[in-house]
Amino acid sequence: MYVWLFRQLPGPLWLRILLSAAILAVVLSTLVEFVFPWIADMTQLTDSTVG
Amino acid sequence: MSNVLNRRAVVAQEDHRTRRGRSLLAVQVVGELLITLGVIAVLFVAWQLWWTNVEADAAQGAAVKQFVQEHQVPVTEETAGTLPATRDPAAMPVGTAPAHGVAIGVIYIPRFGVEYSRPIIEGTSSDVIDTLGLGRYADTAMPGAVGNFAVAGHRQTRGAVLDNIHLLVPGDKIYVQTADGFYTYVFRNQEIVLPDRTDVILPVPAQPGAVPEQRLLTMTSCNPRFGSEERIIAYSVFDSWQPLSAGPPAAIAKQLAALQGKG
Repeated sequence: MYVWLFRQLPGPLWLRILLSAAILAVVLSTLVEFVFPWIADMTQLTDSTVG
Repeated sequence: MSNVLNRRAVVAQEDHRTRRGRSLLAVQVVGELLITLGVIAVLFVAWQLWWTNVEADAAQGAAVKQFVQEHQVPVTEETAGTLPATRDPAAMPVGTAPAHGVAIGVIYIPRFGVEYSRPIIEGTSSDVIDTLGLGRYADTAMPGAVGNFAVAGHRQTRGAVLDNIHLLVPGDKIYVQTADGFYTYVFRNQEIVLPDRTDVILPVPAQPGAVPEQRLLTMTSCNPRFGSEERIIAYSVFDSWQPLSAGPPAAIAKQLAALQGKG
């Protein structure tokens, strides 16, 4: 799957590596900014208030 | 004749190969997705246990510095610990609650380390305690007031504000600095309760309707560490007060001087 995705990227090898790194960075920041806080709120693993 | 048979065999073989290829591909895609999920799970744990601390420590350090520098106290490294002792608690002011998310003051707990200081913010919703530090339960008393000044803080993650709450020893001093002065509390006892025990933050803990006489500071956090099945509650009793103009209590003077000195 990832090999296939990598082959879909345009340009020479160095550009494709650069693009993959950029896509990875976007995915990671989305996880940290939106997905992880949402999961943390859902799970209440670290609630410290009473009631 | 043999040619036709051969061709049929070849076609059959190719057919077989593509089908096998397809199922292999499916297995590969599912495998890669599972590995991705695993990596995301590990990243989530790293984010929660490490990165939220990095972010919250920075935000809380900035909030403490801002409060301390907006409420300058006459103390320098040289005079630290030599300023007048505690004043009369009868003349003690009690602040009014600020708006949600606004700083009430700073808490110093030497038992948690000589550098330990955290902001106290109004409100206990996640937007407050997830980044800014200790949150005050909105319906409870203000620092120094008769009744129960109750705050909540994370045990792990988000700055791990009360990580060492179980290390408090009866008699430990806890200092709360507000715009009005320094309120000193003495740690009394702690208990571990279920999360629905809201009566621990009542004016008289666990006694609904009782008229308070003592001035308490109650801190709540999750228990056990790295879990939240229970809550750990730490009760402290008011000891003394001094105005900002008198300088900080000796135990936190050096720390406060350093905080004020930082540009």
